[in-house]
Amino acid sequence: MAEKKYQKVAYYPGCALEGSGHAYNKSTKAVGKALGLELEEVDNWNCCGAMEVKNIDPKIQTYLSSRVMSIAANEMKHDVVMAPCNGCYHNLKKAEYDLAHDEGSRQVVDRLSSKAGHETYQAGQIETIHALDWIKDGIGEEELAKRVKNSLKGLKIANYYGCMYTRPRHIFPEKDQGPGSESTSKPHYMDDLLAAAGAENVDFALKTACCGGAHTLSDADTSTKLVANILRAAEEAGAEVIATECPTCHTGLEMHQVRAETNFGIKTNVKVMYFTQLLGVALGLSPKKVGVHENASDGRAALKARQIA
Amino acid sequence: MPIHEKNLIRPENLSTHDNLVIDGVDVSGDWSTFIKTRVVADYNENLQEEIGSLPGAEYIHRCWQCGSCTNSCTVNAIEPDFNPRHWIYLIRMGFESELVRDKDLIWKCVSCNKCTYACPRDVVPEGVMKATAHWLELKGYLDRTPSTEFDEEFANQVIRTGKIEDGRVMMGFFKRTGQPLMQPWLIAFVKKMFAGLPLGWMMKMGFATVIHPRTKGWGPAHAAIAEYAKEQEEKHIAAVRGSHPEAAFHTAD
Repeated sequence: MAEKKYQKVAYYPGCALEGSGHAYNKSTKAVGKALGLELEEVDNWNCCGAMEVKNIDPKIQTYLSSRVMSIAANEMKHDVVMAPCNGCYHNLKKAEYDLAHDEGSRQVVDRLSSKAGHETYQAGQIETIHALDWIKDGIGEEELAKRVKNSLKGLKIANYYGCMYTRPRHIFPEKDQGPGSESTSKPHYMDDLLAAAGAENVDFALKTACCGGAHTLSDADTSTKLVANILRAAEEAGAEVIATECPTCHTGLEMHQVRAETNFGIKTNVKVMYFTQLLGVALGLSPKKVGVHENASDGRAALKARQIA
Repeated sequence: MPIHEKNLIRPENLSTHDNLVIDGVDVSGDWSTFIKTRVVADYNENLQEEIGSLPGAEYIHRCWQCGSCTNSCTVNAIEPDFNPRHWIYLIRMGFESELVRDKDLIWKCVSCNKCTYACPRDVVPEGVMKATAHWLELKGYLDRTPSTEFDEEFANQVIRTGKIEDGRVMMGFFKRTGQPLMQPWLIAFVKKMFAGLPLGWMMKMGFATVIHPRTKGWGPAHAAIAEYAKEQEEKHIAAVRGSHPEAAFHTAD
């Protein structure tokens, strides 16, 4: 069901989308444009703290995320902020939860905000959504299906959501609310959108398994083992492509696909693509326009084999 | 999935007899292996308090040992000795020396939050793992782990400039941990990535590692966070080492 408030939102790309996740940024913007969904980038945003700053001090992370929400709500007067990165999305949601429930967090955020010279973010001022919500709630599958110019023609896709989009459940109060809402144990928003674009979603058990992203370099062997499991499970389920909705997961899968082969001799052929790249191609954009050639895992041949592009 | 915890019984605590007769009954064979009785005299009565004072472990006292954390754990599935339930038990019982035996494993938590999702008592086991790894370092049981080096490299960039640049974080991390940048798998990956990247973007990314991206007007935020971070660090050290830091400080072995 298309809702107007999701059609023009504040956009928080985050650090990864300016670096290794460049193709996700490019394809998200291109898909928004093709669908008539507007994005206004948060002015002068900062890093949300990712998975690292909380290990130094969780309340610094809460402050970092609150500053982004404060600018979007107080200075830009937005009601909704959209983050395509699971890490950013998770941290903004976590900050929202902590500021609504924990006095200690409120005090630290208030102290740091006034010293930094901006208005303190108050819980409830803005709604944080993921890029999946943005398309699902701003357009909806029915309308999306109508706009598909170039069907994905039954391309077999394993939808991979990772950890930060659904866990822990208490920071996502809108999920698990019955039919139509997103599920934290079996998420389906990406499946729904890609099915509307003509893809065939395979039955994939590791949708919310962990890729080891937090230790992708600091404990690389563990990450390689976890990623190899995900890649092999997707291949065994018959997938040609793994669709991603997080730059850390995406880069992790790509990097450790190479590392699994180089260091452990585990070879997999499944391709990794952002869901926005797949939707973009379905909406008639060229693979180049959505940066398919920029992925280390080059999906162009997989699309060609099905005569999609 | 059942939890297999036989690995918790250490070989040195098992006693096996070839021929054994107890009260006139022959119990040789399968029945002849016993776990040795022991008396634990070296409790740290403050262990739960010390670790519970670090951020993330505030709710450790809620644990009722159901094992949902270990059962759902990503790392446990590939490394059976990684056992959050057991470590929480040791901490709550004050078994410091037993906890320290697993010091090289505890930091390996990947923060997937499956435990926190599954926990019926909202213990936040993921936070307990991070706090315990931090405690091991603060107590001097453990040298700085690669995870800590990465977190610090990352956090320092964010606190100083408001943003990170992923290439710079990676190079900074390799430098801190003394790893070469030219690792065969990384070269293979970068080659694949560059094969499709437009030249203009490569130059922009290369430029970003030299000219660091920065949030405009970040100065006051930097000062505020740095001041707060320092206060917190001092608080944590005091909580773990008490008023006589040297007394409770062990050197890493």
